[in-house]
Amino acid sequence: MTLKRSPHSYLSETVANLKPSGIRRFFDLASQMENVISLGVGEPDFVTPWNVIEASYHSLEQGHTAYTANAGLPELREEISTYLRTQFHISYSSQDQLIVTVGASQGIDLALRAIVNPGDEVIIVGPTFVAYESAVLLAGGIPVTIQTCPEDQFKLTPVQLEKAITSKTKAVILCNPNNPTGTFLNKKELTAIAEVIKQHDLLILSDEIYAELTYDEPYTSVASLEGMKEHTLLISGFSKAFAMTGWRLGYAAGPTDIIQAMIKIHQYTMMCAPTMAQYAAVEALKNGENSVREMKISYKQRRHFIVQAFDNMGLECPMPGGAFYAFPSIRSTGFTSEEFAEALLMEEQVAVVPGSVFGQNGEGFIRCSYATSLKRLNEATKRMKRFVEKHAN
Amino acid sequence: MKEKERELLHLIEKNGRLDIDTLGKLLNLSNDEIQSMLEELETVGAIQGYSALIDWSKVLDYEGVTAMIDVKVTPTRGVGFDKVAERIYRFPEVKAVYLMSGAYDLSVSIEGKTMLEVSRFVSEKLSTLESVLSTTTHFVLKKYKHDGIILGDDEEDKRMVVSP
Ligand SMILES: Cc1ncc(COP(=O)(O)O)c(C=O)c1O
Repeated sequence: MTLKRSPHSYLSETVANLKPSGIRRFFDLASQMENVISLGVGEPDFVTPWNVIEASYHSLEQGHTAYTANAGLPELREEISTYLRTQFHISYSSQDQLIVTVGASQGIDLALRAIVNPGDEVIIVGPTFVAYESAVLLAGGIPVTIQTCPEDQFKLTPVQLEKAITSKTKAVILCNPNNPTGTFLNKKELTAIAEVIKQHDLLILSDEIYAELTYDEPYTSVASLEGMKEHTLLISGFSKAFAMTGWRLGYAAGPTDIIQAMIKIHQYTMMCAPTMAQYAAVEALKNGENSVREMKISYKQRRHFIVQAFDNMGLECPMPGGAFYAFPSIRSTGFTSEEFAEALLMEEQVAVVPGSVFGQNGEGFIRCSYATSLKRLNEATKRMKRFVEKHAN
Repeated sequence: MKEKERELLHLIEKNGRLDIDTLGKLLNLSNDEIQSMLEELETVGAIQGYSALIDWSKVLDYEGVTAMIDVKVTPTRGVGFDKVAERIYRFPEVKAVYLMSGAYDLSVSIEGKTMLEVSRFVSEKLSTLESVLSTTTHFVLKKYKHDGIILGDDEEDKRMVVSP
């Protein structure tokens, strides 16, 4: 008789070796506690604008309950194309250069599966969104992380990028504005990066999900820079700007061959994004501008509030340029970021995310989302101040 | 500066109790700047007062009714509707008076202790005014939203405690 395999051996090696997300561990810890004020949430505290919800109801009433085209509702792709043109000055054909995905998350997965050969290197700029590294591994690629410096406000420099490139490098994933640091690269900074990308004929996976949420300077998409369109795959979605995280809707725009390859994978693995969410998204793009503006004003106000609160408790925190995260340094407390977050949760019931879960150079920092009501923000920062003072030596 | 003034007004419209320090932090201005903006806005009359929005149905033992009354009037020569509007808004039980286009002229909102009290006000005080032609009274059964605020809207955070 042949020996039975241990259950573990059914798993693919890639998956078995995948690190569990540090966010997950922290989530498990925090969810067991009561009365927690959370600054650990990477999503808007607003509910989706009512007209958008209404549009989804209406689509259901009209009986739109079947699959849509694999690439997404033509009407929605048309709106996305118009939106990208008017808002960010890049033009994509709604016919063959756009795909509607199940969140930006699926866009990232599809993109990597479409471009990565086994052994290809993909550059990631840490600290950043937790999914990139694993998505590269799942696609059979090798993630290569550049550690940006807090002294540069975690901005990627062309020199750093140049150094990380090898003959195996295929692509660079850039999240601008960045989760978790709130770092925002402006047009000039991006242009310098773009030169390196062009020079080495690389593809940039540009995660622009926070593009609407920049507060001091206008947003420039790297795809709109001279000669960059063919080197860029733009990934975005509705989760953040339109407060639609639960709808699971995003999109990717880029060179025809890559988008077509993504559609191929998508049609075999997903068919299409949820239909009612796609109708909602049409409304969001058509008539959502005012809601986005209002939410953005609130984020901006809270951004000032939280940064001054950190200043007040002696935690160094540069003004983040975009997204809705502040990334203060907790080095002065002598704690590691995990220790800080855990003790803060236990002693004051405030949840923040340790910076280390976003990569090695996130150590010494914590991510605090200011997408929460002023009332909660006020209480949370009061508790944090008490905590920091208590542990000061 | 205009933009900041508007933001300030929106903030205190939602919550008149925000202190100067908090307002300053939110708008990235100094306390002195906030103070002088408030004074300026008060002077020009943009800010008419600071009040609280109370959901009286949440107050134990409180009894009260609200009615909206459509009033048709004959305008007075020379002063139009203003004179009769003033006669009406001077009554303390009157909470709001608006001049309307359409089927009637004035919309009057009344608050009283009981329906009887409101009816008495309408029949004895309002409809007996010389220029009032007719009144139609609608009692409010339940308030869902008032001055842009959804009453009883729970503030609970429905999101997970930690997320990417
Ligand atoms: C940088 C970044 N990209 C993508 C996502 C996922 O977005 P979606 O909800 O569209 O999948 C997030 C969510 O936190 C994010 O922060």
